[in-house]
Amino acid sequence: MTDHLAITLTVNGACHDIRVAPGRRLSSVLREDLGLTGTKVGCDAGDCGACTVLLDGEPVCACLTPVAHAAGRRVTTVEGVGGEIGERLQAAFLRHGAAQCGICTPGMLMAAAALLRHTPFPDRACVEDALGGVLCRCTGYASIIEAVLDAAGSGAPPAPEPGGAVGVPLPRLDGVPKVTGAEAFGADEWPPGALALRVVRSPHFAARFTLGDVAGWAPGGVRVFTAADIPGENRFGTIPAYADQPALAEGRVRMRGEAVAVVAGPPDVVDALDLDRFPVTWQPEEPVLGLDRALAGDAMQLHEGRDGNILITGRVRRGDVEAGFAAAAVRAEVAVETPFVEHAYVEPEAGAAWMEGDVLVIRACTQAPVMDRDDTARLLGLPPGRVRVIPAATGGGFGSKLDLSVQPYLGLVALLTGRACRMVYSRRESMAATTKRHPSRLRARAAADADGRLLAMAFEGDFDTGAYASWGPTVAVRVPVHASGPYRVPNYHATARAVHSNGPVSGAFRGFGVPQAAIVQEILFDDLALAAGIDRLEFRRINALGDGDRTVCGQQLFGVGIRDCLDALARPWAEALAEARAVNDSRARIRRGVGVASCWYGCGNTALPNPATIRLGVTAEGRIVLHQGAVDIGQGSNTVIAQICADALGVALSDLELVGADTARTPDCGKTSGSRQTFVTGNAALRAGRALRARILALTNMGEDAVIEPEPGALRVRDGRAERRIDLAAMAPDEHGYVLAAEESYDPPTGALDENGQGAPYAVYGYGAQMAEVEVDTGLGTVRVRRITAAHDVGRAINPALAKGQIEGGIAQGLGMALMEEFIPGRTENLHDYLVPTVGDMPRIRSILIEKPDPEGPFGAKGLGEHVLIPTAPAILNAIRHACGARITRLPARPDRVLAAIREAGR
Amino acid sequence: MGEHFRPETLNEALDILARQPMTPAAGCTDLFPATEAQTLPGPVLDLTGIAELRGITSTAQGWRIGATTTWADILHAELPPGFDMLRDAAHEVGSVQIQNAGTVGGNLCNASPAADGVPPLLALEAQVEIASATGRRLVPLGAFITGVRRTVLAPGELVVAVHVPRAAGAGHSRFLKLGSRRYLVISIVSVAVRVVARYGRESHDAREGRAESVALVVGACSPVPVRLREAEAALVGLPLADLAGALDAGAVRAALSPISDMRADAAYRLDAAVMLLRRALAELAGEDGQ
Repeated sequence: MTDHLAITLTVNGACHDIRVAPGRRLSSVLREDLGLTGTKVGCDAGDCGACTVLLDGEPVCACLTPVAHAAGRRVTTVEGVGGEIGERLQAAFLRHGAAQCGICTPGMLMAAAALLRHTPFPDRACVEDALGGVLCRCTGYASIIEAVLDAAGSGAPPAPEPGGAVGVPLPRLDGVPKVTGAEAFGADEWPPGALALRVVRSPHFAARFTLGDVAGWAPGGVRVFTAADIPGENRFGTIPAYADQPALAEGRVRMRGEAVAVVAGPPDVVDALDLDRFPVTWQPEEPVLGLDRALAGDAMQLHEGRDGNILITGRVRRGDVEAGFAAAAVRAEVAVETPFVEHAYVEPEAGAAWMEGDVLVIRACTQAPVMDRDDTARLLGLPPGRVRVIPAATGGGFGSKLDLSVQPYLGLVALLTGRACRMVYSRRESMAATTKRHPSRLRARAAADADGRLLAMAFEGDFDTGAYASWGPTVAVRVPVHASGPYRVPNYHATARAVHSNGPVSGAFRGFGVPQAAIVQEILFDDLALAAGIDRLEFRRINALGDGDRTVCGQQLFGVGIRDCLDALARPWAEALAEARAVNDSRARIRRGVGVASCWYGCGNTALPNPATIRLGVTAEGRIVLHQGAVDIGQGSNTVIAQICADALGVALSDLELVGADTARTPDCGKTSGSRQTFVTGNAALRAGRALRARILALTNMGEDAVIEPEPGALRVRDGRAERRIDLAAMAPDEHGYVLAAEESYDPPTGALDENGQGAPYAVYGYGAQMAEVEVDTGLGTVRVRRITAAHDVGRAINPALAKGQIEGGIAQGLGMALMEEFIPGRTENLHDYLVPTVGDMPRIRSILIEKPDPEGPFGAKGLGEHVLIPTAPAILNAIRHACGARITRLPARPDRVLAAIREAGR
Repeated sequence: MGEHFRPETLNEALDILARQPMTPAAGCTDLFPATEAQTLPGPVLDLTGIAELRGITSTAQGWRIGATTTWADILHAELPPGFDMLRDAAHEVGSVQIQNAGTVGGNLCNASPAADGVPPLLALEAQVEIASATGRRLVPLGAFITGVRRTVLAPGELVVAVHVPRAAGAGHSRFLKLGSRRYLVISIVSVAVRVVARYGRESHDAREGRAESVALVVGACSPVPVRLREAEAALVGLPLADLAGALDAGAVRAALSPISDMRADAAYRLDAAVMLLRRALAELAGEDGQ
């Protein structure tokens, strides 16, 4: 282009003479022209800081920096952060588990490096100021702060002995590329010459539309694809029986952001297109927004066969609720409203696709590669075997990357043009078009006897599931099963409805509706405890489920650790209450409060099959290869599954070579969802490890306690008495190239639920309880969470460091949900109007790992990923009430709502 | 996509601007978020190559803050306590990354109701120096911003500096920002307060001083941050310790016209503005702001 300028860019000490548009974002030049994809782009608006680079040593957002401003100055990116400070930081990040998904890590490292350059020994407040401009959605920032404060430190746990990996707080095995910038996320790799894609989306919540002269509109080299081009069935959905979402709309849109066309062409041309001028004529319709409208008798029905806009109703009924209420000494009732919540992972949806022979290859961020493959194949009219999905490193998912996003568009264009293509959602697009946490309107009442024993609970929840089904059915089924909390409730009736509207699609978000239900239940239990005059923690201990107790589904449980969790909080609780009392006696304006809440959560699919398969092979050269198809979106399955497998096989963890998820190379481990990977895929890994071990021991006739060691071309097997070798080179390889192999599956033993929701929906549950200590400014209604003490029963901590990271990250999301997060379609489609916690909003977190083994879990392990955010919001809300009397029933607890509630409470 | 001019002198810039309308750009922390494109929509007049537009100088009349002075420059500048509120505001602008790029002039020209820089500069009686190819003029900041995202800048004009009169640098000051999170947050309400105290002979104990002059400004509660002249006047002459209690809440509310949005409702903003002003006054009087 004529307006390009020759400039010299000095990046990481190297000079680059380039011709660029001077007003182009530095982030774009670094990534596209110089190939330095370590600099991540999360928002293109300075809201997330992922693109932080140093300009003459000072941090700036590369996305806000015209490349002209960098001319003649020193640019430092994560690829060049090295040197003494950089290397120490990278090592500290690994040591402290400061990188989970890793997408924010380059930005964090750069911001931290700038700090340490002029303040070598910063205090915590300095670290927070320096990192305040970089958002992290995974870690809760605790480990990042620790890493920066300990950049001068050293040490790591020693490498475990063969058979001793489980239980060791090892740094994640896939951590190094995350701290060097080498990790390749969805937007970071593309074949040369790949076409760029953009999607034309509806600005209306509900409309009919007709397309105009689409071909005439497209400039040279640009092609447009519409629903008419889709070769297969234009319908997808995570649950096949409810699949209802078109990849490209057919004359009607049911939500804002719904896709109507895909545009493909050279990147610079496509970037410059004004999609607002795309030839489409809209006939907007009165949208059905919010539960009131969706449930009104005269509301437009969104989907045929879903009368009254009800997608599904879930129910659990046990005992006689009214009899329970009649016998009660204390009763309570509450209604709560929660909004849409956005996942706000720092990585927007992104990927690339190309053809390899007649196989369509899609490389994109995801939580569910096999589901992506099958759904995309159906849309494109291909057999699943002609689609290969390679998960890119995934920069956070939290449930939303279970659903298709870029995959159908990439697949369509690659298939129809034969050309490679790539696509990155803009932040606005990501927020407008992908799934959300269900808004909910929840009502519940509960009753207890004079001693505080629960007698009955009734719960009704309506969940706004938006325009398409997605995971709405899962929420409606999961919530009634869990709404009792981990407590004995002899008489119980819960219903949950998923209701369609023209809002964004509500899908999966860490907890599938259970976090919303827990808010109601835990507020209610505070009410009952107060009414009965019983300490709030004690009330929960009285009612906690124990071994052999039956749940509201009538399922008898063993290995139940909730009481242990609550017991672990007893002392911190007493101390916090005493501290709050002392502070509140002496100060008027800032009041302290303490709150507690519990969680339980069934791991895996609800009363449905849910298998995982692990392959383990030994090559003729003596390499032991673990094919692990569980996608690690930061939660740590790459490390945890390997730890389990190494111990089951009886080799050193470092002897395992890992093959990550790829539908062409790894058997199906199912989706990363439902806190199931440690439990389900972990069990498959345990079985595969044991099966291969049994085979090796049988071949060598060695005893159970033998140690297996690979060496070139052989396996050495020895115990205290003997040593034998298996000569691998002499053995014939199988179809996968392995001379010894094992492939094992595990499917949790669950049972269908009857019409009253009675049955065994999950084989394993995890438990937890958290205590929040808050400060409420009674003049402004602002809330600061000072500390959270979190006790979680993980059954067996396969990797205590990663478990702690999950807890801290879950708490951050729970805190956001409690205090600041509210997605309003059309108004908060960016990360400055939609607020997630920054480093300065986080409390001190004390994690307590309880290990009450589960009879079904691998080494006794239970799931943890979703559990951790469930108790946070209710614990904070209960603490706010304890501090100042404000009983918050509409989330988030914005300052104006808290102040109004304080006044209502009459203090 | 468009042309991108990056002149090295102000005269050159003004000449370019006289020939055709274009978007002045400096830190680009507001311009880039307004587009999803990878290149700034042009034509753009990039002011960051002009050395004379950046930096803070002390003059006979007071202080001159160049238009492209960054918030980080403000943080590192030697300025008297009357500017503390401006330094506090600089610290509250977005994040370190934004403070390193965003400029004072850009903050004024962007004319957001919630601009962090505007309340302290209003309380510093700032004058905006505007230049064009044909001349220069000084406009009081209160008159420079005329509405949401609107200023008096005419075609061909640029903001070149902000001037703070010597007298306005006197006293002590506070900036308080209320948002729903700690960093990277748009204000629900912000206040800037500057108090010049008069003391009896031999005493500099804040508790014995009286207010000689008071400047009160509230941001994010009206289309343009407003200075509360009536409420200020009522405080002049009062003992410092009495200022917070004596603040006329009715006068504060009457001067404001907040909206309800996703950050807070309007009624709350009025309450919070009064509360923050009282706290800032109390802090300046050496109280703890109860």
